[in-house]
Amino acid sequence: MKKILVYFVVLMAIPFALKAQQEPFHKFAPLPYAYDALEPYIDKMTMEIHYDKHHRAYYNNFMAAVKGTELEKTPMLSIFATISTQPAAIRNNAGGYWNHEMFWNCMKPNGGGAPTGKLGEAITSTFGSFDNFKKQFAEAGVKRFGSGWVWLVVGKDGKLFISSTANQDNPLMNIAEQPGTPVFCLDVWEHAYYLKYQNKRGDYINAWWNAVNWDFAQKLYAEALEKK
Amino acid sequence: MDYQFPSLPYAFNALEPHIDAQTMEIHYTKHHKTYFDKFVAAIKETESNGKSLEEIFANVSKLPMAVRNHGGGLYNHTMFWESMSPNGGGVPAGKLSDAINAMYGSFEDFKTKFNDAAANRFGSGWAWLSVKADNSLCVCSSANQDNPLMDTSDCPATPILGLDVWEHAYYLKFQNRRPEYISAFWNVVNWEVIEARYNSIVK
Ligand SMILES: [Fe+2]
Ligand SMILES: [Fe+2]
Repeated sequence: MKKILVYFVVLMAIPFALKAQQEPFHKFAPLPYAYDALEPYIDKMTMEIHYDKHHRAYYNNFMAAVKGTELEKTPMLSIFATISTQPAAIRNNAGGYWNHEMFWNCMKPNGGGAPTGKLGEAITSTFGSFDNFKKQFAEAGVKRFGSGWVWLVVGKDGKLFISSTANQDNPLMNIAEQPGTPVFCLDVWEHAYYLKYQNKRGDYINAWWNAVNWDFAQKLYAEALEKK
Repeated sequence: MDYQFPSLPYAFNALEPHIDAQTMEIHYTKHHKTYFDKFVAAIKETESNGKSLEEIFANVSKLPMAVRNHGGGLYNHTMFWESMSPNGGGVPAGKLSDAINAMYGSFEDFKTKFNDAAANRFGSGWAWLSVKADNSLCVCSSANQDNPLMDTSDCPATPILGLDVWEHAYYLKFQNRRPEYISAFWNVVNWEVIEARYNSIVK
């Protein structure tokens, strides 16, 4: 009886062992909310295509580009730290994969409002007021010509600054003009807003403030300061 | 010289079903018009005010970014509208056809090369068929609103066919499926205009 039980336990464990083996080091995370959860600010169709087509394509292309190399099991932050030595396919798709995962977490249903705690204080002291920060951040988004991102970043000195990057670059990449640890981000590729806002990127950014997740930014901010 | 915002050479819906009317209307009345307005405002601040766009591009590395971005946006879109026609499609004829076959082997091989340039441009930009200084053809792509006439170009040449691959050019109809938009584009290419451009360069 005991023997049978042992066999049984071993048999039951096989699927889990196989699963652990198959599970890739770099994972495609589920969207943390439903496609329509950010309505009316970010529409359902945009969310679905953005996550299920654009983000998934970056992930799949990234996985194909690193297949069989040591990057398959290298943490993203280490990949970004040496990105200048990598081909464009890795830079573009690694960025697209990582940036979008962060972006989904920078939003939530019933989001918006203003940051509190340490991040709220740092934003006020750096930019004068939360409204000034919003203005500068939105302006960086409108001014980014072509495709790209806007970031709130903690610099090496621990101070906050706003930057914008082209295409799928980010401040963690060793090619960044203004390197640092991003704690908050906004996608300003046309695919992020065109179905609902068309050429009116400014309107998209205005609406987006109603969906932002300051808790997440606050968490990243605390982590960034801890690393100092 | 005064800068003019060119008229669209056909109705917004003229390129249906390949390019939809809503995309054409926003693309022309919003995007193109904004490039025009911002270019006029930016060039006024420089000594190049009044010069032709070709002259400006030849010197664009020394001018403000706003001139490069919006001057490019003005020129590229004007050329793009003229490169399409409701009666377009088919294949080029005459000297251009001969040059394409000589350079790429066949029209289909040329299309593949152009399609790849358009599909592989990461982010916003344009794909081009151009004529180089030695009169040979070349296919390349450029970022954002840059073009092969600019002194910043890594494939300097005179463009005769340009394809807009900014997402705004296709997102309403094709969303993330850029290759489908590129296939549709071939149905509206106005080869008579492209041939005339080619002939005026190599004559
Ligand atoms: Fe995106
Ligand atoms: Fe365009």
